[in-house]
Amino acid sequence: MTELITLLQGFFGFAWPLVYSMAKIVAIVAPLMLGVAYLTYAERKIIGYMQVRIGPNRVGPKGWLQPIADALKLLMKEILIPASANKAIFLLAPVLAIGPALAAWAVVPFSPELVLANIDASLLYIMAITSMGVYGIVLAGWASNSKYAFLGGMRAAAQIVSYEIAMGFALVGVLMAAQSLNLVEIVKAQHGGVFSWYWLPLFPLFIVYLISGLAETNRAPFDVVEGESEIVGFHAEYSGMAFAIFFLAEYANMILVATMTSLMFLGGWNPLFDFAPFTWVPGFFWLVAKVLFVLFLFLWFRATFPRYRYDQIMRLGWKVFIPVTLVWIVVVGAAMQTPYGYLFH
Amino acid sequence: MNFETLVFYFLATILLFAGLRVVTARHPVHAALFLVLAFFTGAGLWLLLEAEFLAITLVLVYIGAVMVLFLFVVMMMNLNIEKLRNGFWSNLPLAAFVGILMAVEMSLVLMVAGKTVGSGSLPHAAGYSNTKELGRLIYTDYVYPFELAAVILLVAIVAAIAITLRRRTGTKHQDPARQVRVKREDRVRLVSMPAETLKDSDLLRAEAREGSYKEGE
Repeated sequence: MTELITLLQGFFGFAWPLVYSMAKIVAIVAPLMLGVAYLTYAERKIIGYMQVRIGPNRVGPKGWLQPIADALKLLMKEILIPASANKAIFLLAPVLAIGPALAAWAVVPFSPELVLANIDASLLYIMAITSMGVYGIVLAGWASNSKYAFLGGMRAAAQIVSYEIAMGFALVGVLMAAQSLNLVEIVKAQHGGVFSWYWLPLFPLFIVYLISGLAETNRAPFDVVEGESEIVGFHAEYSGMAFAIFFLAEYANMILVATMTSLMFLGGWNPLFDFAPFTWVPGFFWLVAKVLFVLFLFLWFRATFPRYRYDQIMRLGWKVFIPVTLVWIVVVGAAMQTPYGYLFH
Repeated sequence: MNFETLVFYFLATILLFAGLRVVTARHPVHAALFLVLAFFTGAGLWLLLEAEFLAITLVLVYIGAVMVLFLFVVMMMNLNIEKLRNGFWSNLPLAAFVGILMAVEMSLVLMVAGKTVGSGSLPHAAGYSNTKELGRLIYTDYVYPFELAAVILLVAIVAAIAITLRRRTGTKHQDPARQVRVKREDRVRLVSMPAETLKDSDLLRAEAREGSYKEGE
């Protein structure tokens, strides 16, 4: 492996750092896009079985090629731009939606060594980058120059901004417990079996983060943005690939929230129990298994819960989650000054 | 010229361009977006100075929260762009005076600061944590100014809520706590009453009605 790298280094010469970074970026984004494609397939299959249907089963064996067919269909479709839309911003909006969804992955660690940029403030970086995703939605709604799209965009933006606060406070609890903003350090601090992961001492924050994550990614039961039956969302005027990019961003964000939940509350790459048969499995697979578990929860919620009404969404975010996180931060902080502080480390 | 200088000039050019467009853009939404770009490039410049905590916080607070709400307001307003441009020339002398004064003040500060701060740009050793250093300073040396700023912000929050708070009469709102507490007895009343049985006269009447219906057909 190292010989191969030296060989390539000689081949590219001066441009090597650039080429190497590009290769690493592709190594993250390509599996992510594949993951998004098969997440849509998993969603349709799982919800199908939960509703005693079969789900997609026509394209390829057992419908395995369905996402590929969907992607091809979306690529072939024409991108319509409304005559009175603000053209530049209309086309910029999908880019602003997908950009942060991908950029956040730069600091996500997959194992202690496997991380594109192991920066000190990675937790803060992820919060900052994901908070920019809302621009794509607001601008898409505004630039469409359509009342429905505009209202959808406003509603989505208000929802995302509100739940970001609860999410941020939940992360404050994590950084207090781990005493670090570095994601690698946070996972290392949860070393040990399932009972040393942070979901237990920070249980209220774990629940708040999980549910806020649903609201942040506009997933059911908070999917008022795209409640097809009663209201029209911000992407009403988008078609073809321009719409598909919003779709990609939403699912990439879903995987990101699931990964962050696994890293911060479910012990990341730490095995379930810290003894023999469990420690044989490489850490990367533990992380993937946890991410898949959280993603399954997301799909399960969608099949189970009815959609929230908009004022109820706002009430839950502001009047329930934010006070809960604030109280638990004080509890953690106070407990750390007592002899029982070790429970929260 | 090393790579960092190159990055600095690249970011500085974008920052200046974005700042200029904030004041020259015709449409307020475009102006707000250029302000977002200015903040973002500003954060990039701070990263070059190894102030990563401040840079990321700038993105998080100003781009992620403040500018989103700003855009909200600008988008919701029914703006008449022609009307906004009225009175440009009559306001120009005062605006120019204030602008020049601000420029002079800033250049004075920079001239003084440029002499004392030079050493601050030295790179820090590995393992130096910007965040920890800031936290330590805020809660030790500068704890009173910091708390004072926090209190001022709190007063601003309370004042903003007090200004917008108005109790409208006649609005219907739900109390989720009461909804959750509701019991079956509150909604359904069970009444015991004797069972009704059909009498012969009822049957006869029904038959007669059926007969007349058929004849009418």
